[in-house]
Amino acid sequence: MKVLLKNREMLLVVAIALLVALIALRFPPFVTPRNLANVYNDTSILIILALGQMAVILTRCIDLSMAANLALSGMVAAMLNAAMPGLPIPLIILVAMALGAVLGAINGLLVWKLDIPPIVVTLGTLTIYRGLIFLLSGGAWINAHQMSDAFKALPRTAFLGFPLLSWLSLVIIALMVVVMRLTPPGRAFFAVGGNPHAAVYTGIDVGRTRFLAYCLSGTLAGLSGYLWVSRYAVAYVDIAAGFELDIIAACVIGGVSIAGGIGSVGGAVLGALFLGVIKNALPVVNISPFAQMAISGTVIIIAVAVNARAEKRKGRVILRKAEAAHG
Amino acid sequence: MKILKTLLVTAAVSVALIANTAQAETKKIALVVKALGIGFFEAANKGAQEAAKELGDVEVIYTGPTTTTAEGQIEVINSLIAQKVDAIAVSANDTNALVPALKKAMDRGIKVISWDSGVAPEGRSMHLNPSSNPLIGNMIIKLAADNLPEGGDVAVLSATATSTNQNTWIAEMNKVLPNYKGINVVATVYGDDLADKSYRETQGLIQSHPNLKAIIAPTSVGIVAAAQAVTDAGKIGQINVTGLGLPSEMAGHVKSGASKSFAIWNPIDLGYSATMIAYDLIGGAEAKPGAELKMGRMGTVKLDDNNEGAMADPFVYDASNVEEFAKIF
Repeated sequence: MKVLLKNREMLLVVAIALLVALIALRFPPFVTPRNLANVYNDTSILIILALGQMAVILTRCIDLSMAANLALSGMVAAMLNAAMPGLPIPLIILVAMALGAVLGAINGLLVWKLDIPPIVVTLGTLTIYRGLIFLLSGGAWINAHQMSDAFKALPRTAFLGFPLLSWLSLVIIALMVVVMRLTPPGRAFFAVGGNPHAAVYTGIDVGRTRFLAYCLSGTLAGLSGYLWVSRYAVAYVDIAAGFELDIIAACVIGGVSIAGGIGSVGGAVLGALFLGVIKNALPVVNISPFAQMAISGTVIIIAVAVNARAEKRKGRVILRKAEAAHG
Repeated sequence: MKILKTLLVTAAVSVALIANTAQAETKKIALVVKALGIGFFEAANKGAQEAAKELGDVEVIYTGPTTTTAEGQIEVINSLIAQKVDAIAVSANDTNALVPALKKAMDRGIKVISWDSGVAPEGRSMHLNPSSNPLIGNMIIKLAADNLPEGGDVAVLSATATSTNQNTWIAEMNKVLPNYKGINVVATVYGDDLADKSYRETQGLIQSHPNLKAIIAPTSVGIVAAAQAVTDAGKIGQINVTGLGLPSEMAGHVKSGASKSFAIWNPIDLGYSATMIAYDLIGGAEAKPGAELKMGRMGTVKLDDNNEGAMADPFVYDASNVEEFAKIF
């Protein structure tokens, strides 16, 4: 199994390299180290979100409310900063993460305690969270000049030549590797998604594990909320509209099985990077905007098709054997 | 005693008569807005009051519902009919829902015009658009060209590839492009009115066109994202971001220098012009295709076949006035 996963990640690395080479043919400056670093930086938020989504998908759930959670947490962070410019930025980030965690926990509780299908729960909370932003802001924007300089500067601050945003995503990747490999909840995500019934027999509380996964994705969405708002220096109701689909696509491309139980941190990161390269390349290779959408869609379907083939496990036919034994 | 009483009554009656004549001479023009408490409309009221002061014999009644609903506006219009105002100038919450109430007003001799957000033709005598597609198309390229005396490459960052407004403005812009010597439009990209995509498209423009001098974004999401991307790329002073945006959203970027100027309608002028047109109609001017109505300091407006007219070029905002307007809208 592990070898197969490694292979799939290698496959993605090769695909990304091919893609970059292809882009370089049309637009050579794309492959300069500086630009590639920019592409990584631009993809950082998607990577963080994809890691949260991965945890949820591993448990056979899905979180459609991540982008709305991001927008709500981001709006709250921006409003806090606009109202009290003196508030330390780390505190604002903590508030955004805590709010994100609460919003994630609401999803988790509904899935856990009320047993509502995850897609329905998060489709509902998606609209609720977006609506809350409108109620909170009255539809008004928080603009660049209303945010303090420190608030906007954090993700851009350079450290050892790279922006803090990139470093932050690297830290989160490292943390997630530890969580998924070495901690009991991390292992439980795989167990619950792989075979919920077997997980119960080993003493894992399936509902509680799913709840934890939603808390994790919520917290990461909250963090991304701050990052998004400060990076683009604007907060309004519709920020990151439709981004939940990009997050899920990153997971799927990265080999996270929508049926749960299969996936890896490396895969999700590579999936996000793959999308990030496409998103950053399309504007410079001069392709019509209509073709852009078709290309993104085609890539996702190809990735899923490849994954589906790799995942295909033959069901054991026991009856025929029994028949044969009788006959 | 009796004489005193008679005197008093006479005095009272004559005062009332004098007051009445004065009342009849003062024209009551109602400025009905989508909802009270919105900066844009408060500014329009400022313009209407300015017009009233200039005209002298006009009282402007600034009114509207508390929320942006058609029902609320219908109530307001009915009460204005009861108050026997001379004219109603409305920015409608619904194109069709207001028609019956406004028809009733017109039946009673009240002049009805719509401005900003229009009413169906049967519910008003004319509609005042803040600007027109050709004027907007010309303005967005002019904004870029004015800061490029020697010409140069400019690019357009639009909303979606299918947005009607933006496509019309860009088409109008391309029509007048030959008037601006040396200005080359090298690319048109689409940010889909998403902050992140617009930001990325701007980064793409900066990369693929090293000689880019200006980015024209005729969309409020796009212009803000482009200004931020130019700032982050350290290209302030090299690439000027311009187009259509709101002063409150652009104030920071004008201050930083990422945007030298941008345009959008001026709500003060709009309220002023609507009041002036209403006054002209009360004075006997007729709203029919081809007619020219007076708008005081804004000149005249010529009506098209739908009895619609365009007020003026979009108003240009730059470092000198953006702070002031940022407080308004």
